[in-house]
Formats: sequence, structure tokens, C-alpha cells
Amino acid sequence: MRGAKSAKWVAGAIVVALAATACGSGSGDEGKKNASGKPEGYVSIDVGEPQKPLIPADTNETNGSYVIQSLFTQLLDFDAQGEIVYTNAESVETQDSKTWTVKLKSGWKFHNGEAVTAQSYVDAWNWYANIKNNQQNSFWFADIAGYDDVHPEKGDPKADKMSGLKVVDDTTFTITLKDKVPYFNYKLGYATFAPLPKVFFDDPKAFGQKPVGNGPYKFEKWTHKKLIQVAANPDYQGPNKAQNKGIQFKSYTTLEAAYQDVVSGNLDIIRQVGPTDLPKYKQDLGKGAIEQPYAAIQSLVPAFYSKTFKDIDPKVLQGLSMAIDRDTITKTVLNNTRTPATSFTPPQVKGNQDLGTDVFTYNPAKAKQLITEGGGVPENKLFIQYNSDGGHKEWVTAVCESIRKATGVDCVGDAKPDFPTDLEARDNDQVKSMYRGGWVADYPVNVNFIKELYHTSAESNNGRFSNKEIDGLMAKADKASSLEEAVKGYQEVEKKLLEQMPAIPLWYYRINGGHGEAVDNVKVDFHGDLELTGVTVK
Amino acid sequence: MGRYVARRLLQMIPVFIGSTFLIFAMMYALPGDPVRALMGDQAYDPAVVASIRSDLGLDQPLWQQYLTYMSNLVQGDFGTEIASKREIADIIAQAFPITLRLTLFAFTFTVLVGIGLGVIAGLRPDSVRDRGLLALTLVLISMPSFVLGYLMQYIFAFQLGVTTATVQDSENFGDLMLPAIVLGSLSLAYVARLTRTSMAENLRSDYMRTAVAKGLPRHRIIGVHLMRNSLVPVVTFLGTDIGNLMTGAIVTEGIFNVQGIGKTIFDALTRREGATVVGIASLIVLVYLLTSLLVDLLYAVLDPRIRYA
Repeated sequence: MRGAKSAKWVAGAIVVALAATACGSGSGDEGKKNASGKPEGYVSIDVGEPQKPLIPADTNETNGSYVIQSLFTQLLDFDAQGEIVYTNAESVETQDSKTWTVKLKSGWKFHNGEAVTAQSYVDAWNWYANIKNNQQNSFWFADIAGYDDVHPEKGDPKADKMSGLKVVDDTTFTITLKDKVPYFNYKLGYATFAPLPKVFFDDPKAFGQKPVGNGPYKFEKWTHKKLIQVAANPDYQGPNKAQNKGIQFKSYTTLEAAYQDVVSGNLDIIRQVGPTDLPKYKQDLGKGAIEQPYAAIQSLVPAFYSKTFKDIDPKVLQGLSMAIDRDTITKTVLNNTRTPATSFTPPQVKGNQDLGTDVFTYNPAKAKQLITEGGGVPENKLFIQYNSDGGHKEWVTAVCESIRKATGVDCVGDAKPDFPTDLEARDNDQVKSMYRGGWVADYPVNVNFIKELYHTSAESNNGRFSNKEIDGLMAKADKASSLEEAVKGYQEVEKKLLEQMPAIPLWYYRINGGHGEAVDNVKVDFHGDLELTGVTVK
Repeated sequence: MGRYVARRLLQMIPVFIGSTFLIFAMMYALPGDPVRALMGDQAYDPAVVASIRSDLGLDQPLWQQYLTYMSNLVQGDFGTEIASKREIADIIAQAFPITLRLTLFAFTFTVLVGIGLGVIAGLRPDSVRDRGLLALTLVLISMPSFVLGYLMQYIFAFQLGVTTATVQDSENFGDLMLPAIVLGSLSLAYVARLTRTSMAENLRSDYMRTAVAKGLPRHRIIGVHLMRNSLVPVVTFLGTDIGNLMTGAIVTEGIFNVQGIGKTIFDALTRREGATVVGIASLIVLVYLLTSLLVDLLYAVLDPRIRYA
């Protein structure tokens, strides 16, 4: 009986396969509290798996930032209007914009009981800035004197401490900068400037999986790609003490799945409603629907090295800007998720101004006229590069259509299959004519939207815009001795930008999220993150 | 028999090496640098990017990277992810069982219901119930899985409230029911049609007439003589289908929020996590190789005329 013999083999293989599944099934079934596994009084939100281990200076994508911000508190924070609110610091003061004195509130503790001292900050910052530690946000410390010793452009660091950081006593330290930076205290609100406890330095790798912070929440557990859970810190002394018992950051594969869970009550908060559900989310969620603008902008950035825009007359760019019907596109194609832009900076940042111009207003006749005056677009054709995995296709097509109709300039979308490919083309100067640029505020001052994007040496200036006069004006504004003066200086820069058009601002972002009936008091901060500490459970 | 299996298993080694190299080379050829992509749209420091790249060995030529990868793999080390710094073995160990569970569930559903329906229809070709089955399978084949997915979600979760809209706990078979049915329904249609056709055909064959003439009981005629022969094409289909179910679950995984292999490999691909993609893809290659061996062995069980020496 050959058949019977091979049946044995088959049976054997099936047993092996079943055993293999059985082995794998013992993972992660802790914490089954109710249908959705959420402890009483906790708030759940759709925040996916952070890309990287949870270390403040190595996180700048949204998912990781949400968790970092719940676990760590830095010196200061901003309110919804973008004004400074001191959290861990008592005060941050300067006489000359170059030397800053930081006084900490006393009695603060890390979650493991260690006191938060000036040393916790200085040690952390020195570690973050060190090139050996490969921290993504290390360049944020570049203003501090001695940064080049710990972070040379090439080779090994010459020192492991920045000379600009000095501990005065347990609750005081001074920061000396290389040059005047009148808005440096605003930068300190970025999550990267968080302190670290001593346990971090013993084993940074383990810490990244199980962080110990000084923030409003304590780390509880991280089930990868599924859930991160943090519990309210009862000893927290900052102004943003948690109003709930804890947070669950739940990972969803799609926005639609998360939305279904909010509607059916298995999830409390969704940060962004997917395009398919946008038309009906206000109906579905009623009072729970959230729609609010935040400090972020989307622009079309011309590549000034490309055939199309090399040595272009700015008039052409102004003309193209006027050929885009922002009102209609934001209302129809974008479903009111954006607000038409009227300047290079969003309204939420300090120094946002009315430029008193019609460059951002749809005017086909004038658009055509300006383009002709400026000598036209070479070959009468332009490309807009975008990544097709980010939901940009629809509006790029609409913008192109608008330009074509108004001016007769042929406009084509240049789709890159995903974000890495898109970025590579930008970095290698391979953009055919212009690309889709986006920028979310790191700190609520206009400088952030001007210097980081349009200064000749700015890393994110992928359009390679370069104008000596504008660089000079920025340098001058940076030398100002007060924040107000610096902001004013940058307002002047912005007026010049309008003449040179290093980018065509399109619209400011809005957050379109929502929450279910179980929670309340869901507020949005200046850069579009939901303020989880204030959320209450009914 | 034993020698045949051993030979087949040995043949898997070059196939495995070849396929991993192909996937590795393709990942290498893709535009977009994973370390640069980590930095995103915002400002970043090129010195940090260069330093991370050299730490990970990404600045080495392709053959060197592949050799390092393979020599680690042979020692059971799948490597670590660039961004999350997690062991890829951990990532696979987490996602694979979920997908395997979903696949086996869908597979069982396909086999039981598909063959069952096929038998019912195939025994009475061109009857009303046969036509009914054809119509049903036609609907299933022509309906994209996401339509079926959202439809089931709407009916069972929102209208009837019998399940949750998404999978809350991937260990719970009740939760996995909806996605498994959606996932299995396309194959179900094929299996039902294949079974039905080959049953209907074999009904008219000589050995069936002989069996009836011998006066065998009906259940023996159908269960042994007819079924065994009719299942050969179905088994062939099911063999390749198990691999398809595993890799093709990405749409279903998305709708029902199942954190399985499909989603993991898709994420890894968009973030250019080469080692993760190669690791998972190699495992899937192994699954395909093993199931095809299994199918070949099953032929011998089903049809005594087929022998392996």
C-alpha cells in the first residue's frame, strides 16, 4: 500500500505545521479587561507603532512624538495660542540672547523616584548631541557653544561635553550659544530637549523599549505593533497633569479601521479621519467631530536647478500662484481639510502677517499676464512631483487642472511610488520642475517657517533657493537682542520672499479627527497634536 | 518514498538561496534610502545619516551586504530593523502566528464549505442547486475582497452587532471569523467550482459504472471512488492557495485591523527595511516549497497510480 505510506508522511507534515502554530500562539494575552482590553478610566487613541525606540532626541515622526510627549516634560511648552507655558522650568531668561539661565522647579522627580536636576538636563543634552549616538534630532543642539566638538561633520568627536552647558546648582544651569538666537527659548519647547534619568546611560537600548520619564504619564507596557499603554503619574507637578487614568496608544492598519472602531465605541479618539469617511464624519460623530486649523503649511516648491525654473523670473511663479484656485480646491477635492494660504507662515505662529498682496488670490487673467511678462514657462510645461502613497494625487491633479485652464501652461503630476523615492529625488537634485513640500511647526515662531526652508544652507531647502540679500536679512534678524525684534526682522524677510517666490504656498492644514461619546474635552495644540492630558472620561 | 522526500528537501536549498538573493538584489535596486527616509520631510543632519549608514553596513557593495546577511541567517540571525532596532526574528515571531492562524482558519473554511458545496452541486449536474452554486460562486469571484469585507463589517458589526467591527484580539477565533470568511471566500468559489466540475465528469467514468455494477453502497461509491479521484485538481489548487492566502491577506488585514504578515511586509517595503522584507519573503518561499511537496505527496494518497520512488 504505497498510498497508506505516503499518508503517514502527509500526516507527519501536518503535525509539524500545527505544532509550529501552537508555538507561536502564546504571545501577548495580558490585560484582557473588557471587550477592547482597556482598563477603567483610560483613554484610547489611534497612534501607531513608533518607528524608533522611545528616546526623545531620536523621535520626530508623529506616532513616536505622541508617546514621548506623554512620558517626558521638557522645560516649557506652548498653549493653543503659541505662547510659552513653563512646565519643568521656573524661568528661562537671558540678557543678551546669547547666554540663557534656566531655573528648574524644585521637587520634580522621574518616574523611578530620581530627582530631576540641572545635571539630568545637561547630561542628556550632551548625550543627544554626540555624533556617536546617531540621534536624529542632534542638530537641534547646534546653536549651543561646543556643539562642533561633540558633533563634527566628519570623524570622531573631540569632546563628550558641550562647553556651552554649565551646571550652577541643583536647579540652575546656563546655556551659552555660539551666536545670538533671540528665539532660542521657543526651541526649548521641542520634545527633544527632555531630560534623562541616570538609568538611561546604563543601557540606552533597553531604555528605548521601556522609557522612564518625568512627564504626566508613566510607561506601562508596549506590545509591538498593537498597543502602548501609559498610566497617569499621580506625583506629577506640572500644569498639564493628567485628567484621566491613562492612555492606550492603539495601532491601526488603516484610518478606515480606526474610524469604524470610533463609531462602534471600541476606540475613544481618532486623530485623522480617512478621506473616504470625511464626507460623513460630522454626522456620525456629532459633537465628537474635531475640525481645527494648526500650524502647518503645504507648498509647491520649484527646483531652481531644473530646466523649467533655472533663472526664472519670479513673476512667472507669482503668475502660477494666481492660477491656482485655492478656495475651490480646498472645499471640493480636499473636503475642507485645508485652509487657503495667504502668506508663507500659518496664522498660529508669532509674526504671521497680512502681506497685502493678491499673489495668493485666484485671478486667471492676471496670472496669464504675469507669466507672459516674466517670459513664460520654458517649454510651456511643468511637473509637480509627489509621493503617491500619501493621498496627494487628487489635489495635485486639481492644481494642475487649475493652472492649465487659467494659463494654458501644461502641468503634469510626477508621481513617485512612495515617500523614500520622493525624498531621494529631492536630495539628489532630480526634481523635474517642482515638488510638493510640507512643513509642520517645530516651535510657533515665523523663523521656523522661513529660515529652515529658504536659507541657502538650510537642510530642507531642497529647491536650492539661494538669495544673498535674503540670507543677509536673516543674519541681521538673528542678531536682534529681543524676540520681538527678531520676529520683525523675519517679517521683513517674508516680504522679500513674496518678491522672490522660493515656493508657492498652497494651504494650511486642519486636523479632522473625532472622539466617541465616552470621552470629552479633546483639545488640539498649535502643531495639530491632541492634548491627551486634558481628556476626561465620562 | 523517504528518499524522494529527502531529495525534494535538498532541492529546496538552491531555490531558497536563489530566491533570497533575488529579493535582496531587488530591495537593493529600489530607489530611496531607508536611513534618509527616517528623517522625513523635516530638517536633518547628513552627518547622522552617514554615520548610521556606516554603522549598519549600508555603504558596502551589494555582494558584501548579501554575504553578511546570509552568513548571519545561517546562524539563525535575521538581523535588526533599521528604524525600530528590533530583532527581525521577533517581528516575524509576532506577525507570523497571527497570519498563520487567520490562514488556517480561512483555509479550513475554504476546504469544508468549498468541497461541500462542490459535492452537493457536482452530484446533480445541471440541477437547480447546481445552477444556484454557479451563480453564487460567480458573485464571489467577481466581488473584490474589500467590497465583501466592508459589506460583512457593515452587516455583522453595525446592523446585527454580533461581532466587533475590527479584530480586537487576534488570539480569539470568534474575532477572526469575519476576516477569515472574507479571505477564504474567493478561494472557496474556485474550490467549489473545481470540485463540482471534476465530480460531474468522473460520475460518467468507467470505474464509476463498475463500482455501481459491483453493487457497492452509495456512500462508498461517492466517498471513496468518486471523491478520491475528483480531488486531485482541487488539492493542486489548494496547495498554491495556502501561500496566496498568507501573502494576499493585506487588504483583508487592513479592513479588519489584523497585524499580520501582509501589513508587516508592506510597511517594511515602503520604509525600505530590506532585511525584514527578505526575511519574511524567504519564509513565504519556504511555505510555498513545503506545501508543493505536501501536494505532491497527497497525489499519491489520492490516486494509487501515482508513485514516488
